[in-house]
Amino acid sequence: MLIERYIYLAIALFCIGIVGVLARRNAIIIFMCIELMLNAVNLLLVAFSKMHYAAGVAKNATAGIDGQLFVFFIMVVAAAEVSVGLAIIVMMYRNTHSVDVNFLNRLKH
Amino acid sequence: MDISQVLFYALSAMALGSAIMVVISRNPVHSVLWLIITFFAISGHYILMNAQFLGIVNLIVYAGAIMVLFLFVIMLMNLNAETEPQKNKWLKLAGVVAGGCLLLVLVAALKQAEVKGQVAMLGTGDIGLIKNLGTALFTDYVVPFEISSVLFLSAMVGAVVIGKK
Repeated sequence: MLIERYIYLAIALFCIGIVGVLARRNAIIIFMCIELMLNAVNLLLVAFSKMHYAAGVAKNATAGIDGQLFVFFIMVVAAAEVSVGLAIIVMMYRNTHSVDVNFLNRLKH
Repeated sequence: MDISQVLFYALSAMALGSAIMVVISRNPVHSVLWLIITFFAISGHYILMNAQFLGIVNLIVYAGAIMVLFLFVIMLMNLNAETEPQKNKWLKLAGVVAGGCLLLVLVAALKQAEVKGQVAMLGTGDIGLIKNLGTALFTDYVVPFEISSVLFLSAMVGAVVIGKK
């Protein structure tokens, strides 16, 4: 499969995530769109890892394995991020009784 | 058109369609369910590229753990389409236009890129198998692996401290 197609797919998923972050006001949906962007990047990393494997397998039997390990570490970081982020959203809901990010403007005043 | 290409296009259409539904669904619970479908499609892509370990880990960690956490929080707060905060429709339009511009710029930049004609191998190659990934993880990447355990511990402590207040 040509690598461009994977790049186009990842770009499209990433931009859908961006639109979600910009157009929605529910904090949880914004958080989910961030997860979507992370997954678009993960998909592209795996595709590039397979591309480097195809190019360098003659010299090195594990060429391109770093990309897949990076994806593994991104998943680790994403899991930690989600646990802390959801705790913050729950705390925000307890204080304001809403998940609307427009109420989070107290630093402005 | 062989079977892997058909699968590629089907999984891509599934991922893009459900990703769009995540953004446009009114009900947050529906958004979570559409996002789970997106993650299944992305796992299908991983398995299509023979990255079997990542495909299964993506299912277990994202679709299994993280999305259930989201679902728990949404149900805990009793969110639904009625309590959904409404946004000015001009601001929504501005967000869509900004995202579309980013898409345009990235695609235009890709036209000049040097990656043209390179292929990502589908269905073959054994770097995605758990044996090779584990060997690389515990030899070359053992320090980051141990550091990530500290990260997990701090995230756990942080979540408990924030949630307790």
